[in-house]
Amino acid sequence: MGRATLFLAREGYRRRRLADMARLLPLLGLALFLVPVLDAEDGLTAAMLIYLFAVWGGLIALSALVARLLCRSGAMDDAVRAPEDAP
Amino acid sequence: MIAFDLLVAICLLYVALLFGVAFLADRRAAAGRGGWLRSPLIYTLSLSVYCTAWTFYGAVGYAARSGLEFVTIYLGPTLIFIGWWWTLRKLVRIGRTQRITSIADLISSRYGKSNALGVIVTLIAVVGVTPYIALQLQSVTLSFAVFAPSGAGPWALTDLNSTALTVAGGLALFTILFGTRNLDANERHHGVVIAIAVEAVVKLIALLAVGVFVVWGLAGGVSAMIERIEASPLAGMPIQPGRWIGLTFLAAAAILTLPRMFQVLVVENENERHLATASWAFPAYLCLMSLFVVPIAVVGLAEMPAGANPDLFVLTLPLAHGHDGLAALAFLGGFSSATSMVIVASIALSTMVSNHIVMPLFLSLTRTSAPMSGDVRMLVLRARRFSIGGVLLLGYLYYRMSGGSEALAAIGLISFAGIAQVLPALVGGIMWRGATRLGALAGLTLGFGLWAYTLLLPSFGGGAVMGPALLAEGPWGISWLRPQGLFGLDGLDPLVHALVVSMAANVLGFVTVSLMTFPDPIERIQAAQFVNVFDHSSAGPGWRQGGAEAEDLLLMAQRIMGADEAQALFRRSAADQGKQGFLPDITPDFLQRLERALAGSVGAATAHAMVGQIVGRSAVSVEDLMRVADETAQMMEYSSQLEAKSEELARTARQLREANEKLTELSVQKDAFLSQISHELRTPMTSIRAFSEILMGADGMRPEDMGRYSRIIHEESLRLTRLLDDLLDLSVLENGQVSLNLQEVTLADLIDRAVAATGSLQGGLTIRRDAAAERVRLMTDGDRLSQVFINLISNAHKYCDAEGPELTIRVRAARGAVAVDFVDNGSGIPERSQAIIFEKFSRLTDPRKAGGAGLGLAICREIMGRLGGSIVYLPGQGGAAFRVSLPQVRAEAA
Amino acid sequence: MGKRVLLIEDEPNIIEAIRFILSREGWRVDTHSDGTTAFDRVTAVRPDIVILDVMLPGRSGFDILRDIRADAGLNGLPVLMLTAKGQVKDREMAERVGASRFMAKPFSNTEVLASVRELTGA
Repeated sequence: MGRATLFLAREGYRRRRLADMARLLPLLGLALFLVPVLDAEDGLTAAMLIYLFAVWGGLIALSALVARLLCRSGAMDDAVRAPEDAP
Repeated sequence: MIAFDLLVAICLLYVALLFGVAFLADRRAAAGRGGWLRSPLIYTLSLSVYCTAWTFYGAVGYAARSGLEFVTIYLGPTLIFIGWWWTLRKLVRIGRTQRITSIADLISSRYGKSNALGVIVTLIAVVGVTPYIALQLQSVTLSFAVFAPSGAGPWALTDLNSTALTVAGGLALFTILFGTRNLDANERHHGVVIAIAVEAVVKLIALLAVGVFVVWGLAGGVSAMIERIEASPLAGMPIQPGRWIGLTFLAAAAILTLPRMFQVLVVENENERHLATASWAFPAYLCLMSLFVVPIAVVGLAEMPAGANPDLFVLTLPLAHGHDGLAALAFLGGFSSATSMVIVASIALSTMVSNHIVMPLFLSLTRTSAPMSGDVRMLVLRARRFSIGGVLLLGYLYYRMSGGSEALAAIGLISFAGIAQVLPALVGGIMWRGATRLGALAGLTLGFGLWAYTLLLPSFGGGAVMGPALLAEGPWGISWLRPQGLFGLDGLDPLVHALVVSMAANVLGFVTVSLMTFPDPIERIQAAQFVNVFDHSSAGPGWRQGGAEAEDLLLMAQRIMGADEAQALFRRSAADQGKQGFLPDITPDFLQRLERALAGSVGAATAHAMVGQIVGRSAVSVEDLMRVADETAQMMEYSSQLEAKSEELARTARQLREANEKLTELSVQKDAFLSQISHELRTPMTSIRAFSEILMGADGMRPEDMGRYSRIIHEESLRLTRLLDDLLDLSVLENGQVSLNLQEVTLADLIDRAVAATGSLQGGLTIRRDAAAERVRLMTDGDRLSQVFINLISNAHKYCDAEGPELTIRVRAARGAVAVDFVDNGSGIPERSQAIIFEKFSRLTDPRKAGGAGLGLAICREIMGRLGGSIVYLPGQGGAAFRVSLPQVRAEAA
Repeated sequence: MGKRVLLIEDEPNIIEAIRFILSREGWRVDTHSDGTTAFDRVTAVRPDIVILDVMLPGRSGFDILRDIRADAGLNGLPVLMLTAKGQVKDREMAERVGASRFMAKPFSNTEVLASVRELTGA
């Protein structure tokens, strides 16, 4: 009994931290996407282009990871489906 | 160069393919098959309606003109999608639970189902999106023109307008066919979505193909490409921080507020989980779409003749190098981008126009006449179809009017900025309970007005709407009112200026008015429903039972939802209420359910009004007022508490009822018990009294009679005493007042004692014992236990009806328990009586034989309970058989 | 005298007591202990009075009385009911069913005798 509740608590804790990650991700993205502004004078360079796409790809990968973990953790279990899909 | 006729043929074939795909998808969906229609992949691809012709062609042009800035148009949406946990998830959940049909419906529904807001958002959307549709028509026309043979002929450049008209007409046809096929309860269009997904694939492949061709075919690989970028005029093109931030914000706002995005994102969403996939897959799509933009721009600028339109590099680069097939693919990509946008945008707009403008107008016109005469369903569909035609016509007209403008991106951004005015009301509406209808109205009006004043009207150019003097010096020469320099905000980029001014005014107006005004009850309930959608996914402002007849409602519902679906809903509701047939009771729950279902077709405000028209009252009930008497948060808590309380009440009531039943039963038992006791006491007393009276007047009675009568009196008084003893014993045992005298005893001794005590009774009863097995030592109350044994032995004596009555006493000690079985060879106790023999006064035979009050076994049961053991009847032993079980506490075999 | 009384009672000592009291006064006392066959016995014996116990094995005295009252030939038969339960409920029940008299146990011998005489008009 005690162990079960502890386990559940950990599960919930983990889920909340995952949700935190999902919330923080766009803030991280915003910060990274604002970097070109710091380098506004140089403007478009190949390096800047590569930086942008690298950051972009990284964010996409992170988002995929977080989404996967969130789904697996059961955070989306209360998802509401379209009515006709419902039993 | 590819023959123009061939291109037209390819284009027509492609369109036919789209029609076919849409048709098949619709049919499969209608047949209930086609699970793949509802995959996260299709959902993600359908989101690509964000990438219009503007991004397909225009992004390259944008990059060629302004460098890196084009990418902000994709960065904003990327941020929103990787941040889906914040807003998108909530939007989709609200859309699902509230059956939202459009962005206007969302705003209207959130702010108390206000139709004024619905109308305003619809107008903003129409005004904001029309130029955008014009833009798509223009891009398709321009791309056709690229292929058109110069010179005279049926496809001469002069005929661009008719091309645009043909395209607009074709799109209208497609959209009407697949967008208004049915008045779907959820406004989902499988056919359209699939066609959009196909187009998404086509445009991505086309752009990637051109990009690959440019990088590896023309530039000579990645490193060579990087060198060419460094050497191009684009290199070092500075970034304007204000525009970078402003455009990122604008694009982020647009993805949430554009009607077509809302349509695919929320309305067409099948499953919230798809969002999890889209959260990374859609940014990946955007990333791929923009990957080759800079290379194409760089190579295009270098290789195409000066003055070539950079907006068309995607087409002209392959053409210039003789790659007709690639050019045709690129053309199809651009065509796909344009058409998918127009289709979804016109569906979204037509839904808004018909739900928020046409239907309310119709309702107010028919209010006085017979309720809901005419087929509303047809009316709604027709309104949608005309709206689609109207929207496309508007787009075409706009295209004709603004024919000269070549900078596609400018129109796109203006459109974005206009529609972004909905953002404060939207985000405030789903995040902040304090947002009110008046606040939203104020914010929207201010923001939209300022947008028009500072951005839209000036965009027509000096002299079109605003005179050059007004633009330069402000109205009436008031310089701080200049459209592009409000409040002296000079030096800002006009777009950023307009964005800052309009959004600031919008947010300020929205927040200030919201704080100052007080929401009405419906608003407050809706606010709580939207903001706390994850805690609470049901209910809404309820209907109180009114004068509505179920039949009227059914008639109306049939007109809107179609007969089958409406009847199914009514029948389901009736069944849920435990009724047969099609007419459920008009409960508030049912009305709410009906309203939800109708809202899926005609929007929340209209559905509310329609139900209100029939129920006879669209005001909120006292109950609703009570529900919002407190802050909405408290309301939710209160209602959940109430729910808990009412559950508790129900539980208490149940317990009370059970207790009452038990009491009644006890009272009946008590009466029966008293009556039994009375009987048991009075019977011996009757004999005693009768014979004492006889003896008192015993003149001349024979001595032997006198002796016999005295003996009867004696026996009966003994019987009385025994009964009283038993009763006392039982009551002491039952009340738990008995004190046990625990000591170590040997089972054999106890049985000996019992056999001896019943010796006088035994008569013919043979007792079989097993001395070895009886050598068990126990820690128990020996007197009490032997009382049980005595009872059982005397019962056997009294009731065993065998010829040669025998009683076998078997002892078995195992697993810390001792079982003593008393089995006789009589006919036993019938099965139906076995359950009651341990009850008080449950004598099975007549009293003469029993000589007891029927308390013996009841006492035995009580004693065994006290001793921590039990006594049960053992069926199937050949005769009456009782098993006495005891825990073998601290005892071992002797 | 020689009048007949039928005593329907299952308690042997009470039977003996009543038999003694009544036969001493010259009554012919028949007894019957089983509820199920009591009514047949009544029709067979045709006594001048029936003394009927309420609690009988097999069938309640009330049921037997009901049968007696329903029988055209017997409905005038005086019936003295005896009960050991002594509850008001029983008395009411007896009156409703049509007992000529109702006595709670333990009864007084003289009272029984007087009642029997009174009911038979002896």
